[in-house]
Amino acid sequence: MSIQYLGLSEINGPLVVLEGVQDAAYEEIVEITIDGKEKRIGRIVEIYEDRAVIQVFEGSQNMSLGNAHTQLTGHPMEIGLSEEMLGRTFDGIGRPIDGLSPIKAKVRRNINGQPLNPVSRKYPRNYIRTGISAIDGLTTLIRGQKLPIFSGNGLPHDHLAAQIVRQASLGSDSDEKFAIVFAAMGVKYDVAEYFIRTFEESGVSDHVAMFLNLANDPVVERLITPKVALTVAEYLAFEKDMHILVILTDMTSFAEAMREVSSSKGEIPSRKGFPGYLYSEFATIYERAGIVHGSKGSVTQIPILTMPNDDITHPIPDLTGYITEGQIVLDRSLHGQAIYPPINILPSLSRLMKDGIGEGYTRKDHQDLANQLFSCYAKVGDARALASVIGEDELSPIDKKYLEFGKAFETQYLHQRETENRSIEETLDLGWKLLTILPKSELDRVNTEILDEFYKADEASAEAE
Amino acid sequence: MNNAKRTGIISGVNGPIIYLKGNTGFKISEMVYVGPDQLVGEVINLTKDTTTVQVYEETTGLKPGDEVTATGDAISVTLGPGILHNIFDGIERPLSEIARQSGTYISRGVHVSSLDTNRKWDVKMTVKDGDFVTGGTIIAETQETTSILHKSMIPPGIEGYVANAVPDGSYTIEDTLLTVQTSDGTEVPVRLAQKWPIRIARPTAARYPASQPLITGQRILDTLFPIAKGGTAAVPGGFGTGKTMTQHQIAKWANANIIIYIGCGERGNEMTQVLEDFADLIDPQTGNPLMDRTTLIANTSNMPVAAREASIYTGLTLAEYYRDMGYDVAIMADSTSRWAEALRELSGRLEEMPAEEGFPAYLASRLSQFYERAGHMQNLNGSEGSVSIIGAVSPQGGDFSEPVTQNTKRFVRCFWGLDKSLAYARHFPAIQWLTSYSEYLSDLSQWYTKNVAANFVDYRNQLMSILNQESSLMEIVKLIGSDVLPDDQKLTLEIARVIRIGFLQQNAFHPEDTCVPMEKQYKMMEIILYLNGKCRDLIALGMPMSILKENDIFEKITSIKYDVPNNQPELFENYHQAVDEFYEDVLRRNS
Repeated sequence: MSIQYLGLSEINGPLVVLEGVQDAAYEEIVEITIDGKEKRIGRIVEIYEDRAVIQVFEGSQNMSLGNAHTQLTGHPMEIGLSEEMLGRTFDGIGRPIDGLSPIKAKVRRNINGQPLNPVSRKYPRNYIRTGISAIDGLTTLIRGQKLPIFSGNGLPHDHLAAQIVRQASLGSDSDEKFAIVFAAMGVKYDVAEYFIRTFEESGVSDHVAMFLNLANDPVVERLITPKVALTVAEYLAFEKDMHILVILTDMTSFAEAMREVSSSKGEIPSRKGFPGYLYSEFATIYERAGIVHGSKGSVTQIPILTMPNDDITHPIPDLTGYITEGQIVLDRSLHGQAIYPPINILPSLSRLMKDGIGEGYTRKDHQDLANQLFSCYAKVGDARALASVIGEDELSPIDKKYLEFGKAFETQYLHQRETENRSIEETLDLGWKLLTILPKSELDRVNTEILDEFYKADEASAEAE
Repeated sequence: MNNAKRTGIISGVNGPIIYLKGNTGFKISEMVYVGPDQLVGEVINLTKDTTTVQVYEETTGLKPGDEVTATGDAISVTLGPGILHNIFDGIERPLSEIARQSGTYISRGVHVSSLDTNRKWDVKMTVKDGDFVTGGTIIAETQETTSILHKSMIPPGIEGYVANAVPDGSYTIEDTLLTVQTSDGTEVPVRLAQKWPIRIARPTAARYPASQPLITGQRILDTLFPIAKGGTAAVPGGFGTGKTMTQHQIAKWANANIIIYIGCGERGNEMTQVLEDFADLIDPQTGNPLMDRTTLIANTSNMPVAAREASIYTGLTLAEYYRDMGYDVAIMADSTSRWAEALRELSGRLEEMPAEEGFPAYLASRLSQFYERAGHMQNLNGSEGSVSIIGAVSPQGGDFSEPVTQNTKRFVRCFWGLDKSLAYARHFPAIQWLTSYSEYLSDLSQWYTKNVAANFVDYRNQLMSILNQESSLMEIVKLIGSDVLPDDQKLTLEIARVIRIGFLQQNAFHPEDTCVPMEKQYKMMEIILYLNGKCRDLIALGMPMSILKENDIFEKITSIKYDVPNNQPELFENYHQAVDEFYEDVLRRNS
């Protein structure tokens, strides 16, 4: 069982090759001892006859072909799980780094997880109130959903995520067991520190399990971090009946780590040098969200990714969008106008929204109102384009109204303070108030009954005159 | 066939691909069991030194030295009663049975039979001893669900005289119903269920040209870009443009007898939604639950990639089986891009030379093989049936010039291009009328003339022409605004708006609007064109557009889709009157 193999036959970046190995299994975890002192963990990523390619999580610094002793552990990457993990901080592969005692594991699980059976899933229908109008009103977050934030460098995605955590966790239904699993992959120290401080300030630190792989931590470790975090999340949600919000930041670093390892393995690249299995690999992460029959808990994911060069067609946001249930897209020009959160609602979307809002959930006018706001805001873009050609003065009266609506929508509806927590009624009423800027005949997405009930015509006509 | 157990030894593992040492004597496309957990795999490449196998389950923990056993059969599906009202994974394993055995998660090496082997079906025999039968002959009937009568057939390639036919009664799918005595003296037993390899199309007698539309209840499809029964269509669109929604709508309302919904590499929650929704919905044609005519193949994005590749063929084979019984089957493949990417992923693992964007060079030939299995056929037993394929395409970055969209376009005859800006403005279905097309229009015009109205195609073309005029006018409006346009062009914009909002937009969540019968579609089109004609007359008489717009007739016509119930087409008379009154009114007040 505990045969040690002396030496390596090749070292190439984070990958090392071991020859003459017997009985090694695909995806098995190995322990490598360097110079008899330092221990590192690796994973077998390819195996051919007696030759195993091993990915070393901590990187291959200081390793030589002669100084490494490798030992097979006989099992794939596992993590010991316990409720005690809440309130603790771990490194990227799940070892405690907060100086406290080790975790007494109740069970051990393979971090790769297994696909949820669609038959066992329950379709998510309960909305989470975040107190942010742009999200609650137009891209409603549903418990059990995976809703990423597509951002760019320098945009306030961290602040938005932190605000969601603060306001969603302490919502009116906080009597239910709620916890946060936070996984940082290749983020700057400041970012991690900001989240730690936010959790402390909002008094939720005891309910957070943090997994930190910072920008200067080993790259390969990043490939494991989200899987470790999600294994913990699934355990707490489906076995301990807790509502888990998982924040994964930054998925771009994760994808880049994959590309790095893939190219040192000499694999055939597909788009922009990323490996062909990027989609499958993303899916194994994002699909680990949801609600299942027979458990009260849920896993809701908010992955954050920075779009390289703000390009939404880049493979990372593109493939993510095809897996996740919508996306919240941040926009640099809104940010430039000091609008927070700078959510560009047109490309943003929540796929599960339609079933989690309306009568019995939020309010019966919600869906119609949201459609109308989307539709009107789309026309604002056309009016602005026209104004930039012929000048604002030459616009038709209706186009001028649209410009006015667009301005009001951005500064009143989208914009709110970082501490502002709006109720769903406030958000919806605000939406109707803004729509009164436009004449009733322009509102073509709203059911006639709802329009009569919520559109305050007298105010509108007064304003029109 | 040699019955000796053939085995191989694993020498290497790379993701879903494993290599076996030496010449194992396995056959190409043969199904194999891999390792101690007996994972399902398929042989994809053979050389003198190596056998390559793709594994349909996760390969974690496999070691060199583990044994692989051949099964003797090509990777195939079981065909028999019990397919409908069920949900399978990519290689036809029932997911509810897997859930029963392994719980919430799909674990590896679960062995379940595709169809319930214990359930007894009431079988009515339709042949007797001494009858001469050939491949395709219907030998027995079983009420599979309330909607569908299952017809068991002699497997293709067998012919002879019936012997040992069982009496009517209840049988399991493994029971032998009869034996066929072939001319060379052998006796072939025929069971209630049979197997068929997924990569081989089931044979047919002849192919018919397209002649009947697949009515979907969606206005933009049925009226503007119809698909024929036995036709092929592609629905490309970036994420969030409504591919899945379009597929769901067709699956719910199309007038096919059977729907096979293939969720290939898509979201788990979406499959759950289909399961939950379809169980509650009623099929408008038969009044039975929609699930009674539906089969779901769910291979979500986190399930193994090799099974994703196979799921498309599994669905296709099930569809062909029901077609052979004489049914019209429609396949929703959501999404074929995931399937193409699975090909790319496996091809990359095999270190094949990549062609465009990393896709293998055989992408185009695989796509054409897939779509060519659709068609309106004369079956071996003389009945008529069809398989229509509606494939969603998820182009990278929403860019239709990528290889999967381009190659798909070559092999399909309907193209329903989804548009991002329409989706952003929440114009659904976001099918762009200017880029979409249907080559079936001329094939089907006869049907429309006979069954809907003589001038249907003419009206449809008028509608398209207004929309096209609008698009060129919008180019001008974008530069100088709409105020300077002459009145007749302003009218074109206004009528186009009525068409876009009142006709093309369709609300899938509105009980009346979600599915609209052809008669109402035609009448809506007619009233819009009638309004257009009257307005043109007024403008010719010198009435300015501003006066026309004072009347709310445009809004009224726009909301016909909500205001006129599907079963009260006589209400359209009122709208004709309203348009006439509007005409008189404008004339009176401005003369």
